[in-house]
Amino acid sequence: MSPEAVLSRIGERFADAIVATDAAGPHPHAVVRPERWREVALFLRDDELLRFDWLRCLTGVDDIEDGLLTAVYDLHSTQSGRTPEANWTARSEIAIKVRVPRDNPRIPSVADVWPAAEWHEREAYDLLGIVFDGHPDLRRILCCEDWSGHPLRKDYEFPLEYHGIPAVTEFGQTRPQH
Amino acid sequence: MSWVENRFEDGLIITSLDWALNWARASSIWPLTFGIACCAIEMMATGASRFDFDRFGAGAFRATPRQADLMIVAGTVTYKMAERVRRLYNQMPEPKYVMAMGACTVGGGPYFKHGYHVVKGIDLVVPVDIYVPGCPPRPEALLEGLMRLQDKIRNQTLARTPELAAADV
Repeated sequence: MSPEAVLSRIGERFADAIVATDAAGPHPHAVVRPERWREVALFLRDDELLRFDWLRCLTGVDDIEDGLLTAVYDLHSTQSGRTPEANWTARSEIAIKVRVPRDNPRIPSVADVWPAAEWHEREAYDLLGIVFDGHPDLRRILCCEDWSGHPLRKDYEFPLEYHGIPAVTEFGQTRPQH
Repeated sequence: MSWVENRFEDGLIITSLDWALNWARASSIWPLTFGIACCAIEMMATGASRFDFDRFGAGAFRATPRQADLMIVAGTVTYKMAERVRRLYNQMPEPKYVMAMGACTVGGGPYFKHGYHVVKGIDLVVPVDIYVPGCPPRPEALLEGLMRLQDKIRNQTLARTPELAAADV
């Protein structure tokens, strides 16, 4: 299915849950309200025309200018082609963006809808601090368990030391420059 | 050899013993199998037949720190890994040597400014004997680093050095 067809199919069913859509750009996507995201996710996976059975990637984005954190779900359907060979060549992809405020970033977890989401959501929690409600095991996955802060946030302050290892050198403290 | 170190004045017997001990130590530096990142690929190439670390007696990569003399820290050390590096160093028997291989272990390398997770030089965690810069260093550079370490070992002495005598250790 083309991105336009996918967006119109979910748009007619969830008109009130879709904030914005973009079908023409390089990354066709729909922006979904976080409180309706689980319904939309189950529909995307189980609808017999869509069948987005593969969560290919989950990206966290810090939109600090808008005061928002965004989770981008890249979905792919392996069952949309008419022949088994066409399942991987027919372009049936869509991205869903869920945007939440930075000061209270809570998104319902879809780890039970797509099992691949479990580690990806842990990563987004670890690095950006997005809390996925209903996640079975929401712990840090990359940083140490006692790490403070979420390093990929754009206002993140680097630690001054960690367990006695200084992060300050003779050249001063290293800082990101955004 | 700590029980015999710093007890005797420099002399013919001590310098002869020094020569024998240092020859033995410098000729069989067993490194710890410790590849953390991409530098380990070059370290493996150094150990393989084309460059042949074993020419210097350093080809026996030990899988346990208790049998190793040299820790070649080959790769990016994160804060999470740094504690393990320190623990492995503490488990190595004396005399022990550390070689910082590659830009990341020398001073943070490409992660110096933007890497929140990379230790800005492994010498903040363990004492380093030899720095081998490069990203990653070629096997020739690692061999050069090993030869400089052998030079360092050959200059060790059991005798009571003037500095230690002044400190009365």
